[in-house]
Amino acid sequence: MNPLLLWFHKLGSPPYFYRFAGRWLPWLYALALISGCAGFYGALFTAPADYQQGDSFRILYVHVPCAWMSLFAYLFMAANGFVALVWRIKLSETLAMASAPIGAAFTFITLVTGSLWGKPTWGTWWTWDARLTSELVLLFLYFGVIGLYHAIEDRRQAARAAAFLALVGIVNLPIVHYSVIWWNTLHQAQTVSLLGPSKIAPSMLWPLLTLAFATHVYFFASLLARTRVALLELESGKDWVRALLPSPETGHG
Amino acid sequence: MADFFAMHGYAAYVWPAYAVFAIVLIADALTPLFARRRVLREIDSRQRRAASRKPT
Repeated sequence: MNPLLLWFHKLGSPPYFYRFAGRWLPWLYALALISGCAGFYGALFTAPADYQQGDSFRILYVHVPCAWMSLFAYLFMAANGFVALVWRIKLSETLAMASAPIGAAFTFITLVTGSLWGKPTWGTWWTWDARLTSELVLLFLYFGVIGLYHAIEDRRQAARAAAFLALVGIVNLPIVHYSVIWWNTLHQAQTVSLLGPSKIAPSMLWPLLTLAFATHVYFFASLLARTRVALLELESGKDWVRALLPSPETGHG
Repeated sequence: MADFFAMHGYAAYVWPAYAVFAIVLIADALTPLFARRRVLREIDSRQRRAASRKPT
C-alpha cells in the first residue's frame, strides 16, 4: 500500500488520531490567533474607509470570512457524513458531528454581523431577502443536525441519522451561494472571486484574505479539540483511554 | 484615537459586530475545554466505582 494511504488508515484509528490532534492543536490555535490579529490590524487600521459605505464596511471583515466558513463547515460536515454513511468510519462520524456546532457558531456570527451592517446601510435589521433567508435556513439545518444527534441515545446511530440529515441539507448550499445571482436581492453580489479578478482594492483585500485564512485555521483547531473530547467519550471503556488517566487503585492507596 | 473609536458615526454597528465575533468564538474555543474536564471526571469516577466493586 502506498504510504499516504497507509497514513490515512492509521489516522482513522481513534488513539492515533487523539495523539495526532493533540500534537497539532497548540500550533493551530497559535496560527489562528496570530493571523487573526494581523487581519484585524489590517481591517481596522490600514484599510481605507469605503467611499460609499464609510467605516461601516469594516463589519464585512468579520461578516464575509464567517459567511464563507458557514458554507465550508457545512461542506466538511456533509462530506464526512457521506464517508460515515458509506464506509461506517467512526472517526468520520465524530468529525461530522464536531463540525456542526462550529458551523452553527459561524452562521450565527454571519447573521448578526450582517444585521448590524444592514441597519446603517439598508435601513433595516432584517429583510426576507433570498441570501438572508437561505443563510437562516442554514442555521436551522445546523440546529437540526445537532438536535437529532442529541435526541438519539446510541451515539453511532445518532451520528448516522444526523449525517443523513446533513447530506439532505446540502441542497441549501448552492442556494445560499447563488441566491445573489438567481434572484434580485438586496444583498450585494460577490466582490471577491476565487476564479477571475476580484473587484476590490488590494489594501482592502489582504486583511479579508488573512481573516479568511485565520477562520479556516481556527475551524480546524476547534474541530480537533472537539473531536478529541468526543473520542474520549466514545471510547471511554477502551484501554487507550484508561491509560491516559491515573490508575484508580493508586487513589485508594 | 477618539476618531478611531467613533468610526465616523458607525461605532454603534462596527464594535458590536467585532464583539459578537470575539465572544462567540471564545465561547466556542472554551466549550471543548469544559467538555474535556467533564468527560475525564466521568471516566475517572466510573473507573473508581469499577475498582471498588472488584473483590480484593
